[in-house]
Amino acid sequence: MAATEKLPDRKKKQRPRWLAHTVLILGALLMLYPLLWMLSSSFKFTEDIFSQTGLIPERVTTGNYPEGWTALPRDFGHYIWNSLVIVAGSIIGNLLACSLAAYAFARLDFRFKKFWFAIMLGTMMLPIHVVIVPQYVLFSELDWINTYWPLIVPKLLATDGFFIFLMVQFIRGIPLELDEAARIDGCGHFAIFWRIVIPLSVPALATTAIFTFIWTWNDFFSQLIFLTDPEMYTVPVALRTFVDATSQTPWGPVFAMSIVALAPVFGFFLAGQRYLVRGIATTGLK
Amino acid sequence: MPYLFLAPWFAGLLFITAGPIAASAYLSFTDYSLIGSPEWIGLDNFQRMFDDPRFYQSLKVTFIYVAVSVPLQLAFALFLAMVLDRGLRGLALYRSVYYLPSLIGGSVAIAILWRQIFGSDGLLNQVLRFVGFENPPGWVSNPDYALGTLIVLNVWTFGAPMVIFLAGLRQIPTMYYEAASLDGAGKARQFFQVTLPLLSPIIFFNLVLQTINAFQTFTQAFIVSGGTGGPADSTLFYTLYLYQRGFGNFDMGYASALAWFLLLIVGGLTAINFFAAKYWVFYGD
Repeated sequence: MAATEKLPDRKKKQRPRWLAHTVLILGALLMLYPLLWMLSSSFKFTEDIFSQTGLIPERVTTGNYPEGWTALPRDFGHYIWNSLVIVAGSIIGNLLACSLAAYAFARLDFRFKKFWFAIMLGTMMLPIHVVIVPQYVLFSELDWINTYWPLIVPKLLATDGFFIFLMVQFIRGIPLELDEAARIDGCGHFAIFWRIVIPLSVPALATTAIFTFIWTWNDFFSQLIFLTDPEMYTVPVALRTFVDATSQTPWGPVFAMSIVALAPVFGFFLAGQRYLVRGIATTGLK
Repeated sequence: MPYLFLAPWFAGLLFITAGPIAASAYLSFTDYSLIGSPEWIGLDNFQRMFDDPRFYQSLKVTFIYVAVSVPLQLAFALFLAMVLDRGLRGLALYRSVYYLPSLIGGSVAIAILWRQIFGSDGLLNQVLRFVGFENPPGWVSNPDYALGTLIVLNVWTFGAPMVIFLAGLRQIPTMYYEAASLDGAGKARQFFQVTLPLLSPIIFFNLVLQTINAFQTFTQAFIVSGGTGGPADSTLFYTLYLYQRGFGNFDMGYASALAWFLLLIVGGLTAINFFAAKYWVFYGD
């Protein structure tokens, strides 16, 4: 009796599961198709891109990569280097400055702490467009336009509130007893910060580093504004000149360089998915 | 002592954030082109804004974009999060695949891809011709459809809110569903009476975040329209117009006025969101 009752029930659960997989696989293919198509197009001759929608190229060429690499006044490697310098500076800046501020918010007592914390949360919602004009004026007074500084210095000054917030949440989870034990051993706040909190915060620091890499690498707006000398172009700015330079866009080479531009993000995505997904689930960063 | 730890942050607040906000408030009352010093002109910039058809156009474009793409994005995100939250095999793989576009959706490379996909000879039209449409429109070159393509791009990046929804769904105890189904509630009823109320704080969080994000859209519109906001200003996003005034024409005073107006809109909408939340966001215990 019990068995006959359970059987239809189990069947009911099986069917939607199968349906769910079908929906999910179709959806995933639709989501990924543009990306796969771009990858495949980067190995097609430009004239074939317009006549073949399929993912498998009928004629394969690797020529788009060297052609795109050398199509602009400087080798694409030059722009990659510029991007990497800015990315490296931003990562170092965010790791140092945000972890310092986060330690203060999570572990220290000071006047108006709640007020300052609220201000910090408020800055996370601030559109960059509101501050970009005065920032531009400031940086041009300092003669910093067309240098790396306008893109790195703000990170050294902990302006990415998201990461402070992320680290505050994380540091609050580290047992206070560890701090107290260290204090008994004669450690001051810097020693506690450096020898206890930082080593235990590696997951939060890794999330910060990965997201800083991806955001800075993908950033376009501030790089477009602060870097107008072609010598200083970063990967996104260079890519943009590539499509806008000619009326007949050489799609094959453009897609090849787009793939080059996306490759590091894919790499980090594959390597650090767990961190990325956890980071986004807890804080809502993109 | 705390101030040593906070020194970089305070300096950043002063020079990179709060100082520039105050400065842009000041500049919005001036005529300033970077050369020479700002000249005080009172409310002229704001007056000019309300006589400026491109200002209205950029507001319209941005509002349509936010009002259409954010709800669609959240609906897709919630739907897929619910499908994924059934203990299916391969959850991690699906989640990653759906999340990937939101990681790269704002990049120049993807905007370039979009420009080709929706171009007159692009991927979409090749498919449409293949299935029998003789003369499909050039989506990005047609003022009626160009904004739509950018909306599609934003909806495509629903993975980020989806991951947040997934985390939220995990928090709902299964006993609530069991209790509801014992009381005879069907799937639809369970969705409206258990899932939605318990998830409402997360829906609210995603709504605020994605609205703020959508208001700041720039790269996609800039690349797809070649920096013009065209065709016929149909993709003239507010931020793109601000960029054109400030960094194309070095009309820094006017750009600052636009920036302050943006701050008021985003701040106002966020406030409205928070106010409205009282009526639909449910915080249990």
